[in-house]
Amino acid sequence: MNPAILESEEVLTTNAASILSAGPVSPEQAEAWEKFTALPMPVRTDEAWRFANVKDLDLGGYVPAQPVDDATRDELLTRSMGLASIAGRMVFANDQLLVQETLGDSLRQKGVIWLPLDQAAAENPELFRKHFMREEAILGGQKFAALHASQVRAGTFLYVPRGVEIDLPIEAFHWEHGANGSVFPHTLIIAEDMAKVTLIDYYESAVPDAPALACAVNDLWLGAGASVTYVCVQNWSRKAHSFQLNSTVVGRDAHSKSLFAQLGGRHVRSESISHLRGQGGRSDMLAVTVAEGAQEVDARTFQIHEVPNTQSDLLYKNSLDDTARTIFAGLIRVDPGAHRTDAYQKVRNLLLSDEAEANSAPGLEIEADDVRCTHGATSGQIEQEELFYLLSRGIPKKDAQRLIVFGFLNEVIERLGNEPVQEKLRELVRARFSE
Amino acid sequence: MSTATENQIDIDRTRGDFSYPESHTFDAGTGLTKGTVDYISKVKGEAEWIREFRHRALEIFRSKPMPTHWASKDLENIVFENIRYYLANGQKPTRSWDDVPDDVKRTFERLGIPEQERKFLAGVEAQFDSEAVYSNIKAAVGEQGVIFCGSTEGLREHPEIFRKWFGKVIPTGDNKFSALNSAVFSGGSFIYVPPGVKVKHPLQAYFRINAENFGQFERTLIIADEGSEVMYMEGCTAPKFETATLHSAVVELVALKGAKIQYVTVQNWSANVFNLVTKRAIAHEEAEVKWIDCNIGSRLTMKYPGVVLKGRKARGEVISIALASDGQHQDTGAKMIHAAAETTSNIVSKSISVGTGRSTYRGLVHIPKHLKGCKNNTECDALLINSQSRTDTYPAITVRGTGNSSQHEASVSQISAEQIFYMQQRGLTEAQAMSLSVNGFVNDLVRQFPMEYSVELKRLIDLEMEGSVG
Repeated sequence: MNPAILESEEVLTTNAASILSAGPVSPEQAEAWEKFTALPMPVRTDEAWRFANVKDLDLGGYVPAQPVDDATRDELLTRSMGLASIAGRMVFANDQLLVQETLGDSLRQKGVIWLPLDQAAAENPELFRKHFMREEAILGGQKFAALHASQVRAGTFLYVPRGVEIDLPIEAFHWEHGANGSVFPHTLIIAEDMAKVTLIDYYESAVPDAPALACAVNDLWLGAGASVTYVCVQNWSRKAHSFQLNSTVVGRDAHSKSLFAQLGGRHVRSESISHLRGQGGRSDMLAVTVAEGAQEVDARTFQIHEVPNTQSDLLYKNSLDDTARTIFAGLIRVDPGAHRTDAYQKVRNLLLSDEAEANSAPGLEIEADDVRCTHGATSGQIEQEELFYLLSRGIPKKDAQRLIVFGFLNEVIERLGNEPVQEKLRELVRARFSE
Repeated sequence: MSTATENQIDIDRTRGDFSYPESHTFDAGTGLTKGTVDYISKVKGEAEWIREFRHRALEIFRSKPMPTHWASKDLENIVFENIRYYLANGQKPTRSWDDVPDDVKRTFERLGIPEQERKFLAGVEAQFDSEAVYSNIKAAVGEQGVIFCGSTEGLREHPEIFRKWFGKVIPTGDNKFSALNSAVFSGGSFIYVPPGVKVKHPLQAYFRINAENFGQFERTLIIADEGSEVMYMEGCTAPKFETATLHSAVVELVALKGAKIQYVTVQNWSANVFNLVTKRAIAHEEAEVKWIDCNIGSRLTMKYPGVVLKGRKARGEVISIALASDGQHQDTGAKMIHAAAETTSNIVSKSISVGTGRSTYRGLVHIPKHLKGCKNNTECDALLINSQSRTDTYPAITVRGTGNSSQHEASVSQISAEQIFYMQQRGLTEAQAMSLSVNGFVNDLVRQFPMEYSVELKRLIDLEMEGSVG
């Protein structure tokens, strides 16, 4: 990929036609576009799309999102409410940078780079090329990865040099605004040896029920002994198509923690891959989903243990109401020779309505013998005893249910080990409940 | 470890000299055409509707693609043109006992197989004199009104009973191999148990060895009428020589209201066999169906016994043991379709991968909406013996609504070094310790098998372990 791609916004933003017929501009972008158009749409018989409602993937009618006007800009900035103490922040609307609150001087002097993606691509082309979308989207989302690559023009780039620890979280807000708009946020984190950082992405729609397309990619790369906590709160419009492709490369003795909160969207597809590439590496993969209405939340995960002595631990929890559907299809893979792997995978579904549907397909592929791998999947409903207990304390039924669901999801949130971030997530989940 | 016991079960293909008589009255030749189907139908003297059924099946078989988008690519190695689809009257290749490899003879010895059976199993004798045993059993259960016969006989003499369910539990078009079976089936058992009858003896396919029972394309249909009980066993633990490389059985079970069926399989085909089997049961109100399935042999086995829980309070269970040795792929599992309220299902699967063996669990659990009180429990445990061994688990669980629950758990582990060390301290060899440990791993499942099977299974595991350490 060439930085030139990222300068293509003019063409895309002035093209009023459907995004799916928008002409590409640079050779690399053209190549990605060609790949996108050449790859077939997923069909029902694709194993990678099993259970998914593939008929609902028609992306026709979406247009490139337009720059927002000043009034909207001010409104969105005031609505970008993150944590009280942060190390840095960027706010985007319709893939355009609105504001960039840079890191303190001391971090900059230590060599930390925190830039909008296009600027980083121009200023640090080598670093950018080395890590930008280097891992294949192997969970079925190749077509959407190509779409992203052909359209991406906004996002954040974070480079933390060897040994530098950033204590406070860094935040990025991505707003989508306008009917049938499409956005392509990108997050690229490079944590060198022994570096430490926490980044939170907030995906938000200005209008809660306007149709939208969001196709996001994030690449996390952890050097030896690095520690990265990545949180992504997906709260797009209730009529949005959301695609999210994550890849995390975990180096020697590095520790990655990621949490995806799936709150918004109508049809949500999330693919998350952890490559355990260095001995002693560990990846914690977490997700909470609040699915209501006619939402479909489709999560695919892959824990790839490429070398010996690595650990991964996955916990996905879904609460489902109304006619919502969730899909969890996860795979733990232990490559030949990757001995002393310790891998765990658990999905739990809480069904709150008779029309809700939870699909679970937790998988294992093990090609080494000295391993400990377990997985579990449960689907059930609220225990009547728990509910009765709360009711007997005078708590109304609706509230009692919410409390129980909240407690169910909170168990995942608490695994993050960062109290202010956890509190923020709890606040967002509560807000989702009170809609 | 001693090399002599290595690959105990893996039969050396080059050593047996197989030959077929040039011409035989009942030989359909190789390849599959409309003519083959007509031939089979004619030889069996079948009714016109069965011949039409076969022809429709052949068309479906041809139109269906191989399921390689999810299944092993090894399926592509099946050459349908080179297969003999029908050999009648127990026609078998001829060979002498001297041609049988020593290691196979040793396995028979260790398993304690009677002399006469050995010859049959090794393919030396085409006939095994079980006729007397079969007649006795048939007479004994016949008094209770039980019908126990071959598929050809069943369809010819009792169409009023069997036609109603034949091909209904597993439709011809269920998958490519069920269609193939429907086109060329022969052999297998048809059983009908009248209302309230509890069959004391387990019915064994073994009794019917003469009657093309070990055929490639067995078709079995068991109907247990209201409140009846029956147990059926097929296969045996002894390794079985086979020249036919494709085996594709269809087994249908119907448990009417309150009936109980247990179906026990021990599969130990030789290591050149593709064993692609479709097995499914329908359980009506308060009925119970239990599949006990053990897979030791074959090159590739794909088999996922299922139960459609159609009536209230029906219960389905699959107990599965798979042992995948060098070059083998045991792709097994279970399907539970909940279609009525308060139905429960239980799946317990244990697999052991030895050497380059690969074992796979594939499961399907489906609980649709508006049902209440459905429960599923699934447990799969895999044991890996060597560093090149492989295991996979691919369950798929769909649960709708608030009245149901499902839980699935799986684990993969290796034999604890501490356990082995402890046993070696007590004077056991490494192989003995491994074998004890593996037997312990599957013990709670093996105990559910009839006694003679569980004893043989234990011996087989001992044999496998001897060749796997060191």
